[in-house]
Parts: sequence; structure tokens; C-alpha cells
Amino acid sequence: MERESTAYFKAIGAIVWKDLAAELRSRELLSAMLVFAMLVILIFNFAIELQPSLRATITPGVLWVTFAFAGTLGLNRSMAIEKDRGCLDGLLLAPVDRSAIYFGKALSNLAFMLIVELIVLPVYSLLYNTNLFNPGLLLTILLGSIGYVAVGTLLASMAVQTRTRDVLLPILLFPVILPILMAAVKTSGGFLQSAPMETIWPWLNILIVYDVIFTAVAFMLYDSVVEE
Amino acid sequence: MRSQPKGLTFMTILSGLLFLGALWMVFVYAPLEAVMNYVQKIFYFHIANAWVGMLGFMAAAVAGIVYLVKKDMKWDIVELAAVEISLVFFSITIASGSIWAKPSWGTWWTWDARLTTAAILEMIYLAYLLLRQGIEDPEQRARFGAVYTLIGSLSVPITFFSIRIWQTIHPAVIGAGSSSAVGSFGMTPKMLATMFYCLGTFSVIFVTLLWYRIRLGVLAERVEQIKLQVME
Amino acid sequence: MIEVHKLAKRFGLKTVLRGLDFQVAPGEFVAILGPNGAGKTTFLRILASLSRPTFGEVRVAGYQLPKQAAAVRSRLGVVTHQPLLYGDLTAEENLRFYGRMYAVPDLDCRISDVLELVGLSARRRDLVRTFSRGMQQRLAIGRAVLHDPEVMLFDEPHTGLDQDACDMLDGLLRNVAGRGRTVVMTSHDLARVEDLATRFDVLSRGVIAASKPRSGLGKRNLLDFYRKALAG
Repeated sequence: MERESTAYFKAIGAIVWKDLAAELRSRELLSAMLVFAMLVILIFNFAIELQPSLRATITPGVLWVTFAFAGTLGLNRSMAIEKDRGCLDGLLLAPVDRSAIYFGKALSNLAFMLIVELIVLPVYSLLYNTNLFNPGLLLTILLGSIGYVAVGTLLASMAVQTRTRDVLLPILLFPVILPILMAAVKTSGGFLQSAPMETIWPWLNILIVYDVIFTAVAFMLYDSVVEE
Repeated sequence: MRSQPKGLTFMTILSGLLFLGALWMVFVYAPLEAVMNYVQKIFYFHIANAWVGMLGFMAAAVAGIVYLVKKDMKWDIVELAAVEISLVFFSITIASGSIWAKPSWGTWWTWDARLTTAAILEMIYLAYLLLRQGIEDPEQRARFGAVYTLIGSLSVPITFFSIRIWQTIHPAVIGAGSSSAVGSFGMTPKMLATMFYCLGTFSVIFVTLLWYRIRLGVLAERVEQIKLQVME
Repeated sequence: MIEVHKLAKRFGLKTVLRGLDFQVAPGEFVAILGPNGAGKTTFLRILASLSRPTFGEVRVAGYQLPKQAAAVRSRLGVVTHQPLLYGDLTAEENLRFYGRMYAVPDLDCRISDVLELVGLSARRRDLVRTFSRGMQQRLAIGRAVLHDPEVMLFDEPHTGLDQDACDMLDGLLRNVAGRGRTVVMTSHDLARVEDLATRFDVLSRGVIAASKPRSGLGKRNLLDFYRKALAG
């Protein structure tokens, strides 16, 4: 029993290491996500008048829309790598529980998303002269990303096996992660404006509840999505 | 199953009769509401449609779970049928809601919790249908459909409550002050009776349509089977 | 080592394998021949635990599929059409990854041994992206033997390789098979397979149409045997 659980965690670790090592070499995924994120922010600049007075209220929204869209790029690419060279079979052949694949991929997806977010924050701060180094904000970003990636990894695994592939993931993902978006925007806004904790708390709650529920559900459903 | 089963024919006739009854109740029996007159009558159908939408939603969720547990393809057909029916009825709900909203509050759309959630649900249904369309293998299609249904049915209630909380902080800016469209007028006993009658009627209509659609699905599969046999 | 009893596999309404029976004793090298679309790959995927049987019993290394799939996987080495290698990692890193996934003991040592075996020690620090198809295939075999499996499955491993690469591959296959391993290989290249296998089975129309050990076959007769099996 003990050896089984170490093998399980070893497998998760191996997958995360593999994804990070490969990405370090090619940097395809991260550069695509970063460039895209910057472009989205740029577009927002022209699409919405980010006057200084409005900035405080609009910033959380702009940030989270950016993250949501850049995130789909990462998710798509991450699963496409496995599907394209048939490497998913390689993962499925390993003598570990399928959920280890889920956690491995989800963790590396989370890592990529966090890296992009942590780069976007200072850039946004500079461009709009807003201080985004707020521990509450960072916590929100972490929690929001966890929920996003938990559901996203599952749905991406499905989408990548269909004919419509890349196009399908945002269509599947966005309606389902609306609670995260709402809660993350509200929480971010609350922390940035130093609102009292009682107003932030319900939203933070929703984030945590969503993360827990969907990580558990996705973990249980993953088998059905990769088995033939 | 060559010709329509007697039960289904009975249900169809029952649905038709009940619906005629509903028309009578709504237009003749129920009193005219003081402020909105005839426009208010759309409310009965609006509620009944939403109710059917909800029934479809729950049926789909249950069918999805049962399929994942039992792996019996019949449940996949039930799930698809429920989603399609729910999709159509929520569309009618949204449309009737808009028709009611315009004369009542001067706007076609209010971002209240119920209407917005209905719209989001429609998006999830469409995504579901697109997902199914992109898959060749029927077994994989059923599996993925069930997984997405499950994810969707867990997410939507959370979304609904989130919007509710959002609304209390920022009440809908345009027009309607409350997120509950029902409470904007008091209901007399006759109105209540009409409403419940409509809910009952539409429940029967739901079951009838579901039955038809499931039958259609099963027959379609039979056609595919025969086609394959002929080709071999 | 491998026992298959009345195996059937359906994809929706299309039946690919119908009531297939198949046995392999330990140490045998069985070549499964058949035209494209006969179901060779499907059959191999089921043996590899990548696909579930619709009906029938499958036992590999004493364990039942799909129930005891995890136990089977640790004793199985599989080489498919695709190399299952990550292009952005080096040969060594690829082996290290799979070694960890299989919890291979003494990994560093094993990696060096395997690289030696497949003749890629010199290229251990090179990205797999830069490898030719032949080299990738050799590394794929290395990946498959890393955890010292009892049973090996090959799905048309010579596909896309030139003459030299094929010869090198054959040498490797003999080496790998010669250690008392049980090997099942699908192929549509009779000439290649003739010198390698101890037994030839023909898969046609969803069942094993014919089976003959090497001893019962002269050099010219493999083609005749194959043709006859397909016709009959």
C-alpha cells in the first residue's frame, strides 16, 4: 500500500517535471500565452477608456478576462502535445491510477498559468500606474487559477479528442467557470480597494467551495475521459 | 416497436386536451391583473416553460450520472432528449420573459439571476451539442456528453447563487429593482390555481415530448444498425 | 501467457472483432498478419489495456483485463505506430520520465544499459526532435523494455523505416525477444516477419482465420498460407 502511494506521487511529480523541462526548452507555450495576454491588455486599452478614476473598478475585470483567454491557449497546447504524438497512450500505459495523469497535467497547467499571471501583474502595474502587489490579490489569483485549471484540464482532455479541438475548449469552459470569474473579480476588487473583509468573504468562500468541489469531481471523472 | 405505443398516443391526446384547458384557464378563468392587464397573462406560460426547462435540466443531469454508472446507451438518448427539450423551453422562457419585460419595465432584458442563469444554461446546452457533434464514436460521445452534463449541472446552481449575491450588492441598474419577477404583483387564489394548472399541464407535455424524442433516438439507432447490416 | 476467449469489440454499431480466440505460451514470438483494417491495431490495443473489450475474456500474464489492468501494465512493454516520445526532451530525459512513471529501480544504471542496447548512447543528450524515424523507433523500444516487461507488444514497428533502419530494428527485436520474453507483433510485411517469429496468425474479418508455427512452414509457403487464410 505504501509503495503504491509513493509510486502515485512519483508519477505526478514525473509528469510535472516533464512538462516544465520540455517547456523550458521550447518556451512555445509560455511565449504564446504571454504575447496573447499582452495583446488582450492592449486591446482593452483602446476598447475601454481606462481613465484613472475608473481604473480601480475595471482593473480586476480586465485582468481576469486576460487570464481566462490566455489560459485556454495554455490548456489547449498542453493537451495537444500529448495527443499529437500519441504520448497520451504512453501515459495511459503506465501502471498508475489515471487520476495521477490528471493531477500531473493540472499541476503543470497551474504552474504555467501562474507564471504568466505573475508576469502580467507587474507589466499592468507599470502600464497603468496601479500598484498590484497586494497579498490579497495574489491569493485570489492563486485560488481562481486553481479552479480554472481544475475544470480546464478535464475539459481540455475532452476537447482535444474531438474534431473541433481548439475552438471547442473556450465554448465548453467559459459558461462553466463563470462562478470563478465573478468571485475572482469581486475578491480582487475588494482587496485592491481595501474593502472590509465582510464584503470580500462571501466571494472568497465561493472561490474556495468551487475549487474543492470541482477538483474532486474532475479527479473522479478523469478516468471516463481518457479510457477507451 | 413498429407503431406508436398506446401509452404515447394517450399522452399526446391528454397533452392536447390539458393545453386547451390551460388556454381557457389563462384567458377566461383567471382574472385580469390590475396594472398590466393582458400582458400579465404571459406570466403563466413563462413560468410553465421555465418549469419544463428545469425538469429537462434535472432529467439530463440524472441521466448523465446513470449513464456513467451503468454504461447503458439508452440513458444517453434520454440525456440528449432532455437537453434538447430544455434548450427549446428555456428559449421560449427567455423570449416570453423579454416580451413581458418590455411593457412592464421598458427594457427587453434584465440582468436578474433567473434570466441570466437561463441564458448561461442555454450556452452550456449549445456547447454540449457542439461537443457531441465533434465526436464520431457513439460510446465516446455518450461518455463525454455525460461528463459535461455533470460539470454543467454542478456549475449552474453555483452560478445562480453567485449572481444573486452580485445582485444584492448591485441591484439591476435598469428597471426592475428585485431579482424576483414574480413578486411584483400579488396573486389571487384564482391566479394561483391557473398557475398550478399550467405547471401540471406543461409537466405532462414535457413527459410526452421526452417520450417522443427518446423513441426517435431509439428508432434512429435501429436505422443505423440496419444500414450497417445491409452494407456488410 | 496470453489467453483470449471470444473477444468482441464494437465501435458503436460497427463490429471490428468478433469472437476472437487467441493463446500465446510464454516465450513465443507470434506475428499477427492481416490486411489493413482487419482489426490488428484494435486487437493489440486491447491486449495493451488501452482499449476495453466489448465482450469476451482477456488474460495477460495471468491477470484479467480490464479489471486488473494496472497489474498487467507493469509487465507489459508496448511499441505502437507512434514513438510515444517527447520531442523537446533528450533521449535520456525521455527514458528518465518513463522510468519514473514505471518506478524502475536503479534508474540511472538502467537508462545507460538501455541506451547501450538500442545503440543510442552517443545521442543520449540530443533532443528527440532531431532523431530520424529509425532512431526514434529504437528509442521507443528502449522505452518499452526499460521496466523489463515479460510481455511485449509491437504494432507494425517497421512502418516508415528504410532498409538499414529495418535491419537494425530486426537485430534489436531478436535481442529483445531472445531473453525469454513473450512477443506479439502485428505486421503487414511478410518478408520482415518471416525470420523473426516462431508462429504466424492471420487475422481476417474479425477473427483469427489461421495459425501456423514456424516449423510447419517452408520459406515460400508463408505467402501461400497467408493468401489461403484470407480467401478461406
